[in-house]
Amino acid sequence: MKSYTRILLLLTIASNSVLAQTIDQGELHGNFQLDAQYYNQDSLIGAPNVPEKILSNGFMNLRYTKGNFTGGLRYENYLNVMQGFDSRYKGSGIPFKFASYKNDKLEATAGNFYEQFGGGMVLRAYEERGLGYDNVFDGFRVRYQPIKGLYLKGLIARQRAFFALSPGIIRAFDLEINVNELFPQLENAKTAVIFGGSAVSRYQKDQSDFYNLPENVAAFSGRINIIRGKFNVQSEYGYKINDPNATNKSIYHPGQALSVTTTYSTKGLGILLSAKRLDNFDFRSDRTATGIGSNVNFLPAMAQQHTYNLPATIYPYATQPNGEMGFQAEVNYRLKKGSKLGGKYGTEIKVNFSGTNDLVKNAVENDTLGYTSPFFEVGKQMIFRDFHIEIHRKFNAKWKATVMYLNWVYNKDIIQGLSGFGTIFADMAVVDVAYKINASHTIRVEAQSLLSKQDFGSWAMGMIEYTFAPNWFVAVIDQYNYGNPDSAKQIHYITGNTGFNKNGNRIMLQYGRQRAGIFCVGGVCRNVPASNGFSISITSSF
Amino acid sequence: MKQTLLLVFLFSGILSAQVLDNKRALPSVDIKTLDGKSFNSADFDNGGKPMIINFWATWCKPCIAELTNIDEVYEEWVKETGVKIIAISIDDSRNAMKVAPFVNGRGWTYDVYLDANSDLKRALNVNNPPQTFLINGNKEIVWQHNGYTDGSEKELYEMVKKLAEGKPLN
Repeated sequence: MKSYTRILLLLTIASNSVLAQTIDQGELHGNFQLDAQYYNQDSLIGAPNVPEKILSNGFMNLRYTKGNFTGGLRYENYLNVMQGFDSRYKGSGIPFKFASYKNDKLEATAGNFYEQFGGGMVLRAYEERGLGYDNVFDGFRVRYQPIKGLYLKGLIARQRAFFALSPGIIRAFDLEINVNELFPQLENAKTAVIFGGSAVSRYQKDQSDFYNLPENVAAFSGRINIIRGKFNVQSEYGYKINDPNATNKSIYHPGQALSVTTTYSTKGLGILLSAKRLDNFDFRSDRTATGIGSNVNFLPAMAQQHTYNLPATIYPYATQPNGEMGFQAEVNYRLKKGSKLGGKYGTEIKVNFSGTNDLVKNAVENDTLGYTSPFFEVGKQMIFRDFHIEIHRKFNAKWKATVMYLNWVYNKDIIQGLSGFGTIFADMAVVDVAYKINASHTIRVEAQSLLSKQDFGSWAMGMIEYTFAPNWFVAVIDQYNYGNPDSAKQIHYITGNTGFNKNGNRIMLQYGRQRAGIFCVGGVCRNVPASNGFSISITSSF
Repeated sequence: MKQTLLLVFLFSGILSAQVLDNKRALPSVDIKTLDGKSFNSADFDNGGKPMIINFWATWCKPCIAELTNIDEVYEEWVKETGVKIIAISIDDSRNAMKVAPFVNGRGWTYDVYLDANSDLKRALNVNNPPQTFLINGNKEIVWQHNGYTDGSEKELYEMVKKLAEGKPLN
């Protein structure tokens, strides 16, 4: 803690001297957020007794810039950490601090930094504060552009694991070539080509008496992006050498990943087709880590990221990094303004279909490889399906509406790592209607329904939101699990919310029962865990 | 001792930022255009006219409501004030490829960029989308707003008009 005190002192001096001087001396900006909640015990929804009664998470970022130099830090405070976050967030500290120098060609960073190579298939450090996720690097990074169109990145670092560092050391290099920038005669060519490659290596000491574990594990990837007119094709392939770890039952099978996405878009029409295969590709800076944490790479779910309450929170899909084959197709179409079908303001239609199955895995007896898997064969086990159609229309200056239908298949056992729940089939519908009372007052109503005969049964959800632009909102939400097979659990989850926005500041209050998920109301989205009680959230950006 | 220091530290930070807030330069961060080219955020330019930088994502309903509502009046705004809207998508690689079809599918005419690992979002200390920054003709950030409520684009446009006419914001 002594070093933190020293850094704080330095920053206090630095910021005060900035205060006393003019803008030529640099700029200091930042943001902060404080979330606090008073918890009621609620055994019905599984909200436990919280001995502290009040829990809070807070952070503040400060960033100082002067010319080519940037430095910054983040102070974090968990007194004690809120429900739903990892308990290894304990107390307070400064887990993020950095200094960097950047000119036109070179950027050098010492300390903490976030980074992504390509689509993140073999390397990505990022933060999702709402989820309590932060795998920031701690080390040294250089980004260098020797000539136009050629981009190099190199880093050596360890990763943050809560208030400690993950044991593995990551050494990584990335190269990207933008062909049209590299060759001036191709600058205005009709076809744009960008390709790149990454190499990432993790060192972690072998401390096992039983296995002979590889101490250096390497992963490679190659990617290409071709854009021609309205078409855009992007593909990335990754390979990881044997990496026995806690998520793959310590087998020596090498990992592979492939993703291909094609889009076509023109005014009023957008189409996306995408496919992905993941085989044993969970890559972490600590081979013993499970759950969320110490991830070196990023393997996003190939499915729509929903924001309406029921589809977003009840059965959200999570990637299966050690084995899945998935696809997604999406069409966005806009019926023209003033056309017969489109109406005065036009109408937007979106259709999306995504699905994931497992891999074919042929077990190999008495072999450390574990299994073999034919690359192009799709497994028979359905993991996830989401088909939905969404229509948005503005009728006139007062009324607008969105309607949505969803058909869902969710293998709860595989996705949540459980047994005995099987596959859940559900139909959902959403109606979202907004009425503008006058220039600054709007009332919005949402009605949602989830119909299922399995698991928790059917749900209904209703919301009324009243906004008073530009600063205020108030909302009441009720989620009702009316179809729960256990009649004692046919519960109303009711919350009341109000908030105030002004410039870069925002304060929000909430009372009631809350389910987990991405929660969007009054103009901002964030991730929240399940709970019962009173909560306050203050954010500020300056 | 530690807590006292912290408090001093926090307050001095807030004070310094507020004093300097009137003249805040655009940060220098590399982001990408929809056709894959690198672009430095310090190079945003509108020939001395105001600019709006808006952080949004394809999964953020209020962001889409805001950009859809502004889309209806954007032509008029441009005609009257010459303002340019720069829409920075913070969609990560899960959704980054969806941005171009989404934007084109809706017929938006904003200048759209991808900030797939939130580098610019962090450099501008954005907490949650949507967040809007107003930039004056000297490329200085003069105002910001977090969140969107139906109708609040009016407040934004009043300020754009003031900037275009060279009047002070307050």
